[in-house]
Amino acid sequence: MPTKLSARFCSFVLSLFLIAFALPAFAGPFEDAVAKFANDDFSDTEEAVGVIASSGNKLAFPIISALQDGRLMADPDSKKVYVTGTDGKSIDAATGEAVASVPDSASAVRLNNRLRRSVDAALGSLTLQSPDVGTRLQAAQSVFKSHEETALEAVDAALAKESNKSVKTALGEARAAILLFKSDATEVEKLEAVATLKARGDQEAMALLTGMGDQPPSVTKAAASAISSIQSSLAVWSTVQNAWYGLSLGSVLLLAAIGLAITFGVMGVINMAHGEMVMIGAYTTFVVQEVIRTRYPGLFDYSLLIAVPLAFVVAGAIGVLIERSIIRFLYGRPLETLLATWGLSLVLQQAVRTMFGPTNREVGNPSWMSGAFELGQITITYNRLWILCFTLAVFAILLAMLRYSAIGLEMRAVTQNRRMAASMGIATSRVDALTFGLGSGIAGIAGVALSQIDNVSPNLGQSYIIDSFMVVVFGGVGNLWGTLVGAFTLGIANKFLEPVAGAVLGKIAILVLIILFIQKRPRGLFALKGRAVEA
Amino acid sequence: MNVMDTRATSAMLYLDGVHVSFDGFHAINNLSLTLEPGEMRAIIGPNGAGKTTMMDIITGKTKPDEGTVLFDGVTDLTRLDETRIAELGIGRKFQKPTVFESQTVQDNLLLALNVDHSVRGTLFWRGSKAESERIDKVLETIRLTEARNRLAGSLSHGQKQWLEIGMLLAQDPKLLLVDEPVAGMTDVETHLTAELLKEINKTHTVMVVEHDMTFVRELGVKVTCLHEGTVLAEGTIDQVSSNERVIEVYLGR
Amino acid sequence: MTPHMLTRSLDRGATIFLLVVAALGVLIPLFNLLLPAGSFLQVPTYLVALWGKYVCYAILALSIDLIWGYCGILSLGHGAFFALGGYAMGMYLMRQIGTRGVYGNPILPDFMVFLNWQKLPWYWYGFDMFWFAALMVLFVPGLLAFCFGWLAFRSRVTGVYLSIITQAMTYALLLAFFRNDFGFGGNNGLTDFKDILGFNVQAEGTRAALFALSCLALIIGFLICRAIVSSKLGKVLIAVRDAESRTRFLGYRVESYKLFVFTVSACMAGVAGALYVPQVGIINPSEFAPGNSIEAVIWVAVGGRGTLVGAALGAVVVNYAKTFFTSGMLAPYWLFMLGALFILVTLLLPKGIVGTFNAWWDQSKEKRTAASAASAAAEDGVTEPKMAE
Repeated sequence: MPTKLSARFCSFVLSLFLIAFALPAFAGPFEDAVAKFANDDFSDTEEAVGVIASSGNKLAFPIISALQDGRLMADPDSKKVYVTGTDGKSIDAATGEAVASVPDSASAVRLNNRLRRSVDAALGSLTLQSPDVGTRLQAAQSVFKSHEETALEAVDAALAKESNKSVKTALGEARAAILLFKSDATEVEKLEAVATLKARGDQEAMALLTGMGDQPPSVTKAAASAISSIQSSLAVWSTVQNAWYGLSLGSVLLLAAIGLAITFGVMGVINMAHGEMVMIGAYTTFVVQEVIRTRYPGLFDYSLLIAVPLAFVVAGAIGVLIERSIIRFLYGRPLETLLATWGLSLVLQQAVRTMFGPTNREVGNPSWMSGAFELGQITITYNRLWILCFTLAVFAILLAMLRYSAIGLEMRAVTQNRRMAASMGIATSRVDALTFGLGSGIAGIAGVALSQIDNVSPNLGQSYIIDSFMVVVFGGVGNLWGTLVGAFTLGIANKFLEPVAGAVLGKIAILVLIILFIQKRPRGLFALKGRAVEA
Repeated sequence: MNVMDTRATSAMLYLDGVHVSFDGFHAINNLSLTLEPGEMRAIIGPNGAGKTTMMDIITGKTKPDEGTVLFDGVTDLTRLDETRIAELGIGRKFQKPTVFESQTVQDNLLLALNVDHSVRGTLFWRGSKAESERIDKVLETIRLTEARNRLAGSLSHGQKQWLEIGMLLAQDPKLLLVDEPVAGMTDVETHLTAELLKEINKTHTVMVVEHDMTFVRELGVKVTCLHEGTVLAEGTIDQVSSNERVIEVYLGR
Repeated sequence: MTPHMLTRSLDRGATIFLLVVAALGVLIPLFNLLLPAGSFLQVPTYLVALWGKYVCYAILALSIDLIWGYCGILSLGHGAFFALGGYAMGMYLMRQIGTRGVYGNPILPDFMVFLNWQKLPWYWYGFDMFWFAALMVLFVPGLLAFCFGWLAFRSRVTGVYLSIITQAMTYALLLAFFRNDFGFGGNNGLTDFKDILGFNVQAEGTRAALFALSCLALIIGFLICRAIVSSKLGKVLIAVRDAESRTRFLGYRVESYKLFVFTVSACMAGVAGALYVPQVGIINPSEFAPGNSIEAVIWVAVGGRGTLVGAALGAVVVNYAKTFFTSGMLAPYWLFMLGALFILVTLLLPKGIVGTFNAWWDQSKEKRTAASAASAAAEDGVTEPKMAE
C-alpha cells in the first residue's frame, strides 16, 4: 500500500509540475519536438521520440503509443500534429486540446524498423514510472528484453525513485542488460551487470549472456562462469518444475481415480461409466455458474463451493440409481458389468450431448483460482495448486470416513465378508448402493475440479477412464493408499518422460510400462495377500 | 539328523519347518509332516488351522516363505507351479466341489485323464478304447454311469463330490489330497465315500481333510490335528481325541 | 464315445449357417454383376460393399467369440488386431498406387512425400508384394497377440484386469498411429487406393469378388473355430473359462492354451481387417479406438456368447441396425440405442439371441420327447435333461 500511495503522490506532484510549467510555455523543447514529426524524416522522428520520451510531458505516452500504432497524424503544411484516439476522437499533440477533426492533408507518421525499436524502448521507459506497480514491473521487464541503450537514462531515473522491491530488482536487471550491450560501458559496470544477471539466473539472463558479443576478456570469463552456474541452477529448477507438473498431473489422476478406487477397488464393480460421473460433476459446475451468472453475479467466486456439494449429490444420486437399476443384477459377473456400464456411458454422454450440445462449455475460474505466482524459477498456477490441495483433502476425508464413520465400517464389513456382514444385521444391499453412490459422488466432485483445467464437453469422462483404471490397477486394487501412490508415481513418471520422449510417446511409454508392470505384479503395487484374495 | 534324511527320501510327502504368512498373519507355522507311500492320513483341526493352506502349498498354489516340501522323496515342490505338480502325480479335490459345470459328467472325466495335456495333443486328440474303458470304470466306481451325459452342473451336491473324486481317479495320481469330501452328504453317502476312499487307498497315497469325526473314525487311519498352522497332535483317532489340547481347541469338552 | 465329436462338430445350426453364407457369397455377386441395373433382384454395388463390411465384422466377431465365449478371455483390444491387419493390407494398396499418387513418386506414398521423407522406412519394405502383405496380415497381429498374451497369461492376468490392459494396448496403438512420424499416414491413415492385384478396387467386379472372398473367409474362419471348439482342446478351453485354477490342478498348462487361442483369434481378426480395408477404401487410426473394440464385443453378446453362429449373426444384426438408424432421422438417438443394447442384453438376454433360442429349442424338444414317451417319468415336475447319443 505505501508504495502505491507514494506513487500516486508522485504522479500527483508530477502533474502539478506539468500543469505549472509545461503547458504555459508554449514553444518549449517539447512542442518543437512534436513539430518535427511533420517533417516526414526518419532521423527527425527519432530525435523527436527521444526528446518527447525524456520530456516528462503527460502527452508523451499517448503520442508515442499513437506513433507505434500508426495513429499519429502529421500535417506537413501547418506542421501540426494530431493524435487520433482509438475511439476516433482526436487531440492536438502539442497542446492536448481536443480538435474537431484532423485535416485531410494530414497523414500517419511513418516508421521504419530501426525507429520502431526506439519507439518500443521509449514506450518502455515511459511506463517505467507509471503509478501502477504491475505496469512498472512489466515496463522494466520489456526494457530488460529489448536492452536498448536509449532507455538507460529512463531506467536510472526510475531506479532512483523506485521503492517497490521487486520493481527495483527488475529495473536493476534491465539496467544490467543495457550496460552489458552498451559498447562504451566500463569494464567494472559490465562485470557488475554479469553478476546481476547471474543472480537473476533464468533462461533469459542466460540468453543475454550467451549473445552479448565481443567483450573484454575479464567480462567474457565472468560471463562464462555465470552461464555455467545459471545452467546448473536451471537444471535443478527444471527438475523441480517437472516434479511440480508431475504432482499436479498426479493430483488430477488421483482425483479421477479416487472414486474408482471405491467402486472398483473396494466393491470390485468395474464401472466404465465412471468417467461420465466426472463429466456430470463438471456439467453441474457449468449449470451452477450459469445460474449465478444470470441471477446472482456477485456469488461467482463462490460458484465452486456451491458446485462441490451439488455435484456430489447429483453424481451420487445417479450412482445409486445405476446401482439399484443395473449393477446389483450383475454382481459376480464382472465382464457383464463392464459391458453394461460401457453402454451406460454411451447413454449418459449422448444425453449430455442432447441437453448441452456437443461443443465445449465455458466454465470460468473464480478469481481465487486464476493467476499464478512465481516460486524461484517456476511458475505455479493457483488452479493447479488448489486442485492438489483439494485432492488431498478429498482423499483424507474419504479415508477418515471409511475408517471412523458407521457407514464406513459397514462398507468395509460388507466388502470383506458379505455373508457374515449380512448375518450380523447389516443391510448389505443398502450398503452396496451407498458405497457405489459414494464412489460416484466423489467422481462428481472430481468433475468440479477438472472443469477448472479441462474442456467441459461430453467426452470429458472418456479421456480419464483408461488413466483412472491404470492408476487403480497399478496402485493395487482395494487399497486407497496404493491409489494415492499410484497416481503420483504415474503423474511424475509421465512428466519426467515427456521432455525426453515427447508428450504422446511418453504416454505410450507409460501405458507399456504399466502393462509390463502388471505382468510382474498382477495385483498392483500394494496387493493384498492371502487365500481370500484368490477366491 | 541322519534318520530324518532317510525318512525324507522314502516318504511320499515330506514337509519340514514350513512357514507362510499373509500380511503378518502366520497361516502356517513351523509345520512338519510326513506321509509314507501307500498311507492314508486324516487331517483335522479347527477353522483357520491352516489345513487348506497346507494343501495350497503342496499343490503349488501358495509358495511357502521358508521350509522344505518334498514329494516322492526327491522333488522340491516349492519351486514348481500347479501344472507341473499335477503332472508329477498329485491330485486335489477342493473343499467346495469344483467340477466343470457346463460340461457333461463324462467330459469332466475325460479332461481329468492323465494323458497328453499339451495344446497340440488335445487339438488333435482322438479317443482310444483304453480311455473310454477307463472312463466307464470310473463312472461305475463313483456310481454316475446313468448320469454320464448330464451336465455336471445339474448334479446334486453329493454327486458333485463324487464326480470330483472320480476325476481324481481318472487323473490316477500318486498322491490324492481330498479336502472335506463328505461335507453336505447324507449318512449313507458319507459311509459310501469312506468305503470308496479306503478302496482308493489300496493303490494310492491319500491325505483327507475332514471335520466329520464319525467319518474320520470310520476311515480308521492315522490322524493329525492341526492348530494355528502347526501340528498339535498325531496318532490314532483315539489317541488324538483324548489329547487334552485337541479337546480344548477343537473337539470341545 | 468318439463318434459324437465328429457329428457334433457340424450340428444343424452350423450347417444352415454355412449354407446361408455360401449362398450369399455366390448369389449377391452374381445378382450384382449379371442382372441389369434397376431389375428387381439387382443388388446395387454400394450394398455389396456394405454387406462386405458386415461379413468382415462377422469374422471379427467370430474371433472374439472364440476367446471370450469359449475361453473367458474378454479382450477389449481386438480392434487393434483388426486394424493391424487392415494396415498391412493398406500398406500393400498404398504401394500399388505407384506414380498415380498426387506427387507421382513411384516408391513413396503421398503422405511421405508431403512430410519430406527421402526414402521408404524399412518396415515398408516388401509390402509391394501381395504375398508378403498377406503374410503380414496374419503375422503382425499374431505376433503382437503372442507377445502380449505370453506376458499377460504367464503372470496370470485374468478377468477384468486383462480386459483393461487390452484396452490400454489398443489405446497406446491409437496414440502411436496418430503420430505422423510413425510412418503410417498419421491422422489421415492410408487411403486413395487404386488397385489390388491389378484390379481396380472401385470396379464392380473387384467389389463382388472381394465380397465373395470375405464370405469364403467367414466360412473358413467358422470351420477353424468349429474344429477348435469341438476338439478336446475346446473342452479344455471351456474348462479354463469355468474353473481356471481347477484346470491347472488337473495338469493343464492353462497359459499355453490361452496363448494358442488368443493368437489364432488375433490372426483371424487381422484377416477380417485386411478384407475390410479394400472394401471401405480407407484405414485410419480411429480403428484403434477402444470404443470400437468394445462395440465388437457387444455384437457377440447380442448374438450369443459361446455360439459361433450367434457371434456372426450378432455382428450383422447390430451393424445393420447401425446403418439403418444412423442414416435416417433417428441418427442422434443411435448412441442411446447402442448404449441401451449393451445394458439390456447383459441384463435380460445374457445368452444372446442364438443362445436363448437354443435353450428354448432344447427345452421344447425335451418336452416333445417327454410327451411322446408313454411313461412320462417326471419327478417332481422336473424333466431330467437326457441327451440321446
